[in-house]
Order: sequence, then C-alpha cells, then structure tokens
Amino acid sequence: MFYREAGQYKTSYAADMAVFPLRQDRIGLGIIIAAAYALAFTKNDFLLQAVMIPFLIFSLAAIGLNLLTGYAGLLSLGTGGFMGVGAYACYKLMTAFPEVNVLVWILTSGFFAAGIGVLFGLPSLRIKGFYLAVATLAAQFFLQWAFNRVPWLVNYNVSGAIEAPLRTLFGVPIVGPNATPEVRYLVVLTLVIFLTWIASNIVRGRVGREWMAIRDMDIAAELMGIKLLNTKLLAFAASSYYCGVAGAMLVFLWYGGAEYTVFDINQSFFTLFMIIIGGLGSLIGSFFGAALIFIMPIGLGMLLPALLAPFGLSIGSETIEHLRFLIVGALIIFFLIVEPHGLARLWQIGKQKLRVWPFPY
Amino acid sequence: MRAPDSPVITKGDVLLAVENVSLRFGGVKALSDVSFDIRKGEIRAIIGPNGAGKTSMLNCINGFYHPTDGSITFKGERRPKMRPHVAARGGIARTFQNVALFKGMTTLDNIMAGRSLKMRKGFFWQVLRHGPALREEIEHRRVVEDIIDFLEIQAIRKVPVGKLAYGLQKRVELGRALAMEPELLLLDEPMAGMNLEEKEDMSRFVLDVNQQFGTTIALIEHDMGVVMDLSDRVVVLEYGRKIADAKPDEVKRDERVIAAYLGVPH
Amino acid sequence: MASEAAAIRKPGLDPRAMTWLLALLGLAALVAVLTLATRTGVIGRGNLIYDVLVDPFVLMVQSPDLLVQTLWEGLVSGVLYALIALGFVLIFKASGVFNFAQGIMVVFAALTLVGLHEKGVPAFLALILAIGVMFVLAFAVERIVLKPLVNQPDIILFMATFGLTYFLIGLGELIFGGNPKQMISRELYLPQGSTDLQMFGGLVRLQHIDIAAAVIASLMIAALAVFFSKTRIGRALRAVADSHKAALSVGISLDQIWVIVWFTAGIVALVTGIMWGARSDVSFALQIIALKALPVLILGGFTSIPGAIVGGLIIGVGEKVGEFYWGPLLGGGIETWLAYMIALLFLLYRPQGLFGERIIERV
Repeated sequence: MFYREAGQYKTSYAADMAVFPLRQDRIGLGIIIAAAYALAFTKNDFLLQAVMIPFLIFSLAAIGLNLLTGYAGLLSLGTGGFMGVGAYACYKLMTAFPEVNVLVWILTSGFFAAGIGVLFGLPSLRIKGFYLAVATLAAQFFLQWAFNRVPWLVNYNVSGAIEAPLRTLFGVPIVGPNATPEVRYLVVLTLVIFLTWIASNIVRGRVGREWMAIRDMDIAAELMGIKLLNTKLLAFAASSYYCGVAGAMLVFLWYGGAEYTVFDINQSFFTLFMIIIGGLGSLIGSFFGAALIFIMPIGLGMLLPALLAPFGLSIGSETIEHLRFLIVGALIIFFLIVEPHGLARLWQIGKQKLRVWPFPY
Repeated sequence: MRAPDSPVITKGDVLLAVENVSLRFGGVKALSDVSFDIRKGEIRAIIGPNGAGKTSMLNCINGFYHPTDGSITFKGERRPKMRPHVAARGGIARTFQNVALFKGMTTLDNIMAGRSLKMRKGFFWQVLRHGPALREEIEHRRVVEDIIDFLEIQAIRKVPVGKLAYGLQKRVELGRALAMEPELLLLDEPMAGMNLEEKEDMSRFVLDVNQQFGTTIALIEHDMGVVMDLSDRVVVLEYGRKIADAKPDEVKRDERVIAAYLGVPH
Repeated sequence: MASEAAAIRKPGLDPRAMTWLLALLGLAALVAVLTLATRTGVIGRGNLIYDVLVDPFVLMVQSPDLLVQTLWEGLVSGVLYALIALGFVLIFKASGVFNFAQGIMVVFAALTLVGLHEKGVPAFLALILAIGVMFVLAFAVERIVLKPLVNQPDIILFMATFGLTYFLIGLGELIFGGNPKQMISRELYLPQGSTDLQMFGGLVRLQHIDIAAAVIASLMIAALAVFFSKTRIGRALRAVADSHKAALSVGISLDQIWVIVWFTAGIVALVTGIMWGARSDVSFALQIIALKALPVLILGGFTSIPGAIVGGLIIGVGEKVGEFYWGPLLGGGIETWLAYMIALLFLLYRPQGLFGERIIERV
C-alpha cells in the first residue's frame, strides 16, 4: 500500500536508469543517511568505535572485492594483502609529508594498492577461475611477508608495527590518539558514502556492463569488441583501490596502529564470505554481508552472556570467536544452498512483496 | 544508424574473401582448402551435414580460430592473426549455436553491452557518471531502444535473460549483435530449436536487417526451406571441403550436395 | 571433433623436441658463461648476478651434506603435501567436488585423535574412534553440503568447501579448545629420535619420524594404487570419475561411492594429520599447510594420483631448497609464499598443470 510505483512515470531514459527509480526508495535512502549522521551525536562511544566504524570500513573492503569477484567474476583471495598495501602506503606518505592533509593520503594510498593489484592481475589473461584464485594467494602471502620483512615500510621501527600519528582536519584531530570516535566516525561515514556513490556510478555504466559480460561469458564478450585484458586489469585496479583505502582507514581511522598480522589470509576469506552472504554483484549486499559477519559476533558477545548468566555459566571471548567461525561457515553453506545470490536477493524479494502488499501477488 | 569509418565498399563488391583456408587441430583437419567470397549486401548461406566445419569457418572469420593455411581478406585488407575483439571493432558481429548471452544481465543490459565498442567515454567520466558519460549512455540507450522496437521485445526489457524462453533468447542475441552496427553479421543456426511461427518471425527479422540496414549476412542453417527462401548464394561444405558454391536453386539440384546429405546409394 | 588423433609425421625434428633442445643448449651456454666469469674474477661475492645465480650452487657443491639434509627435509614435507593433495584428488576424481576442506579435515582428524586421548581414551581405541568420526563426517558432508549443490557451477562448490572449512575450525576449537596440542607419538609407537649419517665429510641428521612418515606415505599411496586398479570398488570409483551418467547406468550407486571416497579421503587425512602433528604441533596452523596443497594440485593436476605425488615432491623440495639457499638473500621466511610463486609461474606457462588436460574452449 505504501510501496507503490503508481503515478511515478519515467519520462526520460535518465530517470529510468537512476539508482533509485522509486520515490519511496529515495526517501528511504535519505532517512538512512540522516540517521547515520545522527548516530554521531548519540555520544555512544562503544557503538561508534566497536560497531559502526569497522562495519563501514569492512563494507568498503567488501565493495572492493565485490567489484572484482561479484561483478567481474574474478575470484580473489588477496584482499588482506591489498588492504595492507593501502595501509602501509598511507603510513609512508603520512610520515614523509606530514603537512599534507591526511585525507588526501588516505585517498591516494588506494592508487598504490591499485598498482599492486594490476601487477598481480596480469596473469588473469591466461589463468582463469580457480587457478586465478591461487595466483591471488601468491599475492596475499607475498605481500604479508613483505609487510613483515621490509623494514623500510615501517620506517625502520624496531617493533615492526605502525602507529597512527596525530593529524588534524580544520584543527580537529581525526587521526591519532586524540581523535574522538565521533569525529573519526563522521570522517569514515562521509568517505564511505562518497566512495559508494562512485562505485555505483561505475557499475551502472559501460564499465560495469563490461565486467559483468566477462563474468558471464568472456568469450562472447571478446567477440563483441570488449578488450579482455584491459577490462580485467581495470577490475583489479578499481577493486584494489577500494581495498587499499579500506586498509588505510582501518589502521588510521579505527585501530590507531597495526601489525602485519592484521592483513592475513583470514581477512581475505572473511571479506569473501561477506560478499557471498551479502550477495555477489550487489553493492548493497556488501553492506549486508559486512553487517552479518562483523556485527553478528558482537551481538552474540552481548547476548549469550546475558542468556547464560542466570544459569551461572560464563562464556569467554575466545569461545565467541570459535562460535563466529562456526556460524559463518554454516551460513556460507546455508546461503549457497538456499539463496546463492545472498541477502541482497532476499532483500529484493522482500521489496517485491512489499510492492504488492497487502495483496499476495 | 551507420557510421562509415572504413574503406567504402559498394553493394555487390566483395566484402569478405576466404582464400584456400585450412584449419587443423592436432591431427584433425576441420577445414581443407576452402575458398569463397561474400559480397556486400547479400545473404550468404553456409550449409552442410554435421561436422562439415561450418562453425569452424565462422570462428575463423571471427578471429576465434586462426587458419593454419590460407588467408581471409575483409574489406580489402588481409587479416592474418586477428583477435576476436579486433574483428568486432572492424565490423563483424555474430550469434552462436548455443545462445551466448550474458545470463546474469537483463535484456536491456545485454544489448547495451553490444554498444560497448561504440562508447568512447573513458574510466574517469564513468566514475563521475553525471555529465558526459550519462549523456553518452542515454544516446546509446536510444539506439538500443530502436533495436528493441525493431525486434518487438519491449515487454522483456528488464527481464534477466536466463529466465527467457529459448526463442526470445535468440532474438535478444540477434539484438545484441545488431547493436554493434556490423557490416558483416554471422548467424550460427539462428533458427535452431524454434517452432514454425518463431522461424517465420526470425526469417522476417533477418530479411529486414539485410534490406533495411543493408547488413551483409552469412548464415549457417540446417532448415533447407529457410536457406532457399532467404539466401542469395549458398556455400556447401562437407568434411571440411567446399563441394558447391552457387545460387540456392542450383545448389539444390547439385548431385554432390544431394549425395552429401542423403548418402550415396551402394 | 577436436579429439587428438595420431600426429601426422612431418620431415625434420618435432617442434616440441626442438624447444627442449634449445632450452638445454641455452642453459648450458649460461652455465659456461657464469663459470668463466667467476673463474676470471669478473663477478664475485657481493655482485647480484653472482649471489643469485652462482653462489648458492657453489655452496651446494662445497657442503654436499647440507644439500642432502635440505633435499631430505624437502622430500619428507613433499611427501606429506602429496598426501594432502591425494585427498583432494580422490574426492575430485570421484565426485567432481574440489574439496578445499581437505586441509581442515587433516587437522580435525588429528585433533579428534589427540582430544580423545586427552580425555583418557587409550591410544589405539582413540585411533579407531577417530576413523569412525571421519566416517560420520564424510557422510554428513555428503548429505548436507554436496547433495544439495550437485548441479551448481564449480565455483559455488569451491566456496561451499571454504565455508565447511571455517565451520570445522570453529567446531574443532569449540570442542577441543584452541591451544596447540602434542601428537601422541609415543602411544602410537611412532619412532622417536634420530640417526646421524656420516656423508660427504659432514653430518646428515635423519629424524626417525621423518623416515616413518616417508615410508608410511609411500605404503599408503601404493595401497591406494592397488585398491583402485584391482578391487571392484576401486573400479567403480574410476568409472564414476570418468562419467557419472555412465556409472549410474551400469548400476553403480553414486551415493555409496561418494561416501566411500570421502571416507578414504578421511583416512588419508588422519594419517597425514598424525604424521604432520608428530613432526610439529597439532594446531590450526596446519590449515595454512593444507592451503599449500593448492600449488601441488596446480603442478600435478586435479585428476592424477602420480601428478599429486610429483607435484608434492617438486613443491616440497623446491620450497626447502629455495628457502635455504636463496632465502637469506631476501631476508628469510620466503617459504610462506615460494610455493605459490612457483605455481603462479607454472600456470603462466601451462595453465592446465603438468598432468592436466589441455583446456580447449568451445563456444
């Protein structure tokens, strides 16, 4: 009854091609964005620091991987490594040019990750599918080794870790120990919204179609004039850019520091799980997947002790971590069997039902 | 709907010439010393029993296979080891025996994908989208809508092609090939698996494409009725060799062709 | 249409043999040039070319005992990689499923064994129970994961086995706790200690457990080979690997075969887990080792048992030799990625692996 298209005619192709053609969708998006900004003023540090900031950052990484694996069909297990490239690039740039605004460096560090992504994507012309995944594993393990063994990357710091120095924006600290969760959240939120808008521009246009074409049948795509190598490398570049920026944001706008172990193979797998559960080839699915995989264990961590406390049973954080692996693994299998297109498809189906509600069809 | 940016070849001239082409896979010879030409503006049928090498021939013209011997000349230029996307940009489009649509995309997106090689705005403009890239997209959308009108598939515009009936899928595939504004259109069994009504529709479309847009068409087909009705000239292949090359009526009466299809009485 | 018939003989040398010959000649020329350059003092220690192309070989020749030691260790780890890959190959051959979870099955099997023993179960009983657990696991995986996904594209199955891996990691850690454990080597009468061999003017130390691992692995592979070629079930397995439909039409029960296959893979996993665990700890880092089986499979192909063995040995030896002789140049620790790089380089040359079939794309 509320979610109706009646009366909304598209009188131009531009209107037909808009991201949210229905007015209700546009209103809904506006409300969500407004609510997201409003959260910053709730003064709930835990919510911001432990939930919202990482959720947004992992969503961005998931978008990155989705561009490569969901849209272009190139399975990659190197996400962790590419995130690390962004983080370490940002660190080197920040410390080498402290006068330049840190946001510039966060956005620039993605280009370094993109370059490395293109390098490890070169084999994709000859290697396909599963074999390409193993090639990306080479990238992952090599990059992680480099983060550990190349002292120049950590500015010859003895501990081998990188730390976020103090950086400000308009006089307000946004990076470093003095940066408050509210400020960092606002920065992260704005960056993620901006980059998501750009991603949606890319996937709706020619480039997005070319990626999907090579995903669905690359031989036919080539026979239609699409240059395979260029398109695949562009996918690697764009994807790695997003992962690199996410990595930089992870270290400098969330953790405050990092060791090379942060960018390990588990990070790669979990990002992959996010897009599988959320929906391959769907931007909104990236958010869904990140929410489920990241926020779920936090929810469990709060819910389970509360449930078990009356029985005198306690539950350690380690157990929560084990449960998380267990549940994520089970969910992957469940989704692949029941709804291979993930939560995004369930969301679509839900909206379809809503369009005809209260009628059944 | 045409954008001439290549040497002008008038109707009736040779558009594509296949000269002594042989194709070998290991020890198997798919094509042996085949020569024929395709004139601009005509509908050329390539027929023959199964395994004759018809699809291999199309694949060679396309650049998907490279002939082990002989040469292919298109628009007056020899094409040695051509990659498929070069052939596409040169003006050759094709459809496939087993529909090669992008199953994850809608009809509209599939046909828009066919416009890819005509789209010029680079990645930077795509990132921005609003502005030049969007204007270009709308321009091409107009062209695609014309094709959709032409093929009468307006109703299934937004349907994911995986969900369409086979006959409609073949029509969408034709649309995608047309979107490339090809000079030479290669159709690999476009009527396969269709009922009579669908065949009549498809035949009408093929004729319209040839007559309205002037597109030269090379057509592999098993249905003799279609071949006789549609084509201007016919090439007959058997076991990789050409055994006849003439107008449909003459080919129909050629003894070797009859023998190839029906077998020789012992 | 494109089946490989006998090649038509052309006069002159076969082009592939020519390439090999040229490559060998090129290599010989390179060696000659390098030797000359070293002898005349043009390059020496500190020079990059020398350090990478000459020095390691000089070291190999100067201390052959170290070389033998490295080769031996590479061989042992290679054999164990091969065992893991064997588990993959078994399952892939019979059901077309690429079971990425083979790695975690290795760990899970070992953990179950050790965990049961910790709870007080005597060693050999624990062994039998562990086999039982693997059987149940095989059955459950087949029912719950494989059957529903039987018509989906390969990549979906691949990702499902990732999910299975993480599920089993979580489950294993929940049940058995996350701390590394000791393999019950003594209780299983696995040999301990080591023997020192005098060789080439130096000492080569062979761990008894390594010898045992190599022997047991070889026996297992031989047993599997006999099983496949001589027994009825083995024949049925090969039939299923060739064509599911054909096997069904001669009355072979696919379900039964799959359960047998997964169970066999489970036993292989258990043996592998025991051996690996006896040589180091039983922890979930074993999972990383299992990931190493992927380069092995790339080299050896997914469907070939001899391929898995050869691939495993190449990777195992390549890793150890690479780490020992070239690792120090790069700061050490290159074992973590060397295997993958080898596989990557190999893929660029031959995308279908050593023993795999040439992928001919047809439209």
